[in-house]
Amino acid sequence: MEANIAIPSDSKGTWSGGGVKPFGASYGKMMMWFFIVSDALTFSGFLAAYGLTRFKFIDSWPIADEVFTHFPGLHGVHAPMYYVALMTFILIVSSVTMVLAVDAGHQKKQSKVAWYMFATIVFGIIFVGSQAWEWKNFINGSYGAVKTTDGKILQFVKDGHQIALSDFVVGERTDGRVQHKRENGLWFEGEGTIANYSVAQVQEAYKANQDVLIRSELIDPATKQKIIFSREDGALRLAKAKLVVEGANLHVNEYGNSIFADFFFFITGFHGFHVLSGIILNIIIFINVILGTYERRGHYEMVEKVGLYWHFVDLVWVFVFTFFYLV
Amino acid sequence: MAHAHESNTKRIWVVLGILSLLTTVEVVLGIIKPASLHLHGIGTSWLNWIFIILTLVKAYYIAWAFMHLEGEKKWFRRSIVWSAVFLICYIIVLFLTEGGYLHSTLGPLVKW
Repeated sequence: MEANIAIPSDSKGTWSGGGVKPFGASYGKMMMWFFIVSDALTFSGFLAAYGLTRFKFIDSWPIADEVFTHFPGLHGVHAPMYYVALMTFILIVSSVTMVLAVDAGHQKKQSKVAWYMFATIVFGIIFVGSQAWEWKNFINGSYGAVKTTDGKILQFVKDGHQIALSDFVVGERTDGRVQHKRENGLWFEGEGTIANYSVAQVQEAYKANQDVLIRSELIDPATKQKIIFSREDGALRLAKAKLVVEGANLHVNEYGNSIFADFFFFITGFHGFHVLSGIILNIIIFINVILGTYERRGHYEMVEKVGLYWHFVDLVWVFVFTFFYLV
Repeated sequence: MAHAHESNTKRIWVVLGILSLLTTVEVVLGIIKPASLHLHGIGTSWLNWIFIILTLVKAYYIAWAFMHLEGEKKWFRRSIVWSAVFLICYIIVLFLTEGGYLHSTLGPLVKW
């Protein structure tokens, strides 16, 4: 048996790969780096696919400032970017506490490592919570729009600012349509939440409110703003409406092209899943630190390895932030 | 690993300062969107170029300082950075070229 083992190692050494350290990096650290490279390629694939799709619909892609406008506590205030900026900052700070934990580990200060790990976990949880809030706003929507038979999203504006359907459509839904539920169906069928207004109601309200205009998805290259139709043009477009859209799901969204929301869910969701895994790994290592596992082992390299993963999550967010919210 | 037991806290705080500053610049530019930067540029707007370059600078600081690539052996660092950078550039060029082609082919067929 011994002849088959290239590197003599007892069972304790399994995770360190024995004493051999190519490039001066231990087995675990090297494997973490190679995992990170492959994971970086996965994220690059997603972001490149996003880029392809955005280039394909370059003249009608939703403008991020008009989609992400919420900030906690500021209702109805147009606050683009502030919230994601805050999330970015939270993640950077969590990266700093992580690297401080690694640094304290090099000096073998157990309680310092534990406290910094704890702070990292707390910031990570705050970040995931913030992302959940962001998703909630995205899914619920804030304005509502109309989808036409040829698949275009029409939004409503007044004095140059987007307005919600509830700002100019009055009353409850009038066509008597109610959400179809499983218990009152003939067969096992249900449906998602239906819109607060019917198409006819929105069309009526548009006719009645002379100062409401319709905004197209198309971007004017000269101003990089969405084109706003005249009243007459808008009425022609609105006549083709088939669906009132409120919020976003994988099929349709009020912000524009349906694939925009798909990418939002997929990329931020995949990143959020990484953050969640990072928090779980951090908690495991945190417990080990408290139990004194690494004190007994003589080094805190495990903290360094989860630290690498945690920084990688931060690194990916930097790119997601740029390509989803800024560019 | 020669400096393994030294404390690098000063460097960490400096990097935090740089990252926060760059993020603040990005956010401020993203909110103001100065017309001269937003509406002009080569390939894409100057504003987009600024965002992309600042992002790469941030990525450099995270990878080199926080992930401690600056302390690794030269060829270990290169095996990571060069492989990733090459493959990522490759996929981006292919995908964006294809996206541009799709737009030029399909765009004229869409009636607004």
